[in-house]
Amino acid sequence: MTTTALIVDDSKLARLVVTKLLRQLKPDWEIAEAANADAAMTLVGERQVDVALLDFNMPGKDGLELAADLRAARPGMPIAVVSANIQDEIIARARSVDATFLPKPLTEEGLAGFLSGAALRLRRAAS
Amino acid sequence: MTTGTVDLTELQRDAFTELVNIGVSKAAASLRKMIGVQVLLSVPAVEIVSQAQAARMIGEREASELVVVQQDFTGAFGGRALLIFPQENGRELVRAVAGEDLSAEEVLELEDEALTETGNVILNGCLATMANLLQRTLSMSLPEVIRGDGPRIFQSASDEGNDALVLFLYINFAVRERDIRGYIAMLMDLPALESLKVLIDGFVERAIGETES
Repeated sequence: MTTTALIVDDSKLARLVVTKLLRQLKPDWEIAEAANADAAMTLVGERQVDVALLDFNMPGKDGLELAADLRAARPGMPIAVVSANIQDEIIARARSVDATFLPKPLTEEGLAGFLSGAALRLRRAAS
Repeated sequence: MTTGTVDLTELQRDAFTELVNIGVSKAAASLRKMIGVQVLLSVPAVEIVSQAQAARMIGEREASELVVVQQDFTGAFGGRALLIFPQENGRELVRAVAGEDLSAEEVLELEDEALTETGNVILNGCLATMANLLQRTLSMSLPEVIRGDGPRIFQSASDEGNDALVLFLYINFAVRERDIRGYIAMLMDLPALESLKVLIDGFVERAIGETES
């Protein structure tokens, strides 16, 4: 079964960056994209999504609100919130919905740690 | 409103907004360290407008007198970065930064210094992050505090009259549990924008390994 990662960011450039890094790290994963939280929730209802990478600062619902919605819908899903906004509250809120906080600009190294953890979690859930 | 030479492609505009977003987010995190409570940010808006329109956009939102901390930057591209609040909010910010126990006189006495320092942390933090991401050095002037209404403040940003087009970027910010809100704005004239475009293309290329033609 292929793994699908969902990238949610209002910035096309930011989505391209995550896509590029994901392709390098997990070439066999499928990638789905959404430009805002509503589109992301619709997508999750329509197709399989295993891992989510969410921008924090977006028009409409922000990435942490989306993370909470996703968490309610999919209790076991690995979720990362990506932001340059490294304020304690943001990081704490990410943690409170069991999401990983990844600092922006996203690096291959930063993403690799989250992805290996996510892959492990998915394998464990599948077995 | 825009001319062919100053138009940014969708990806360039997007990349610039993202660049500013990263810069401001880092700066907000520094401000949070100074005042101990969370700083909330809006999504940045980037527009190419005339100097006069930029003044109106701020002026229409704020009827009251404004206090502005501004810093000019020069280097690979140049412009002016501004931290703008309603005058009353400026004092509240001083209390947030310098402490609750200050008397009204002390706040007044410290106000410019505290505003300068706060502006420095936010504006410098934002610009330095952007410069790093663009792999260029920017020189920043010392922060300057000015007071007045929207048109007056933006008038002083240009000597050549109000018709010159500028790249105008603004972000709302607010401080949680405090009656503090304001804007971070950036103004860039067109030659600066031309050089910026080249740098943005480089940034995009490094970020995703290709540019959109």
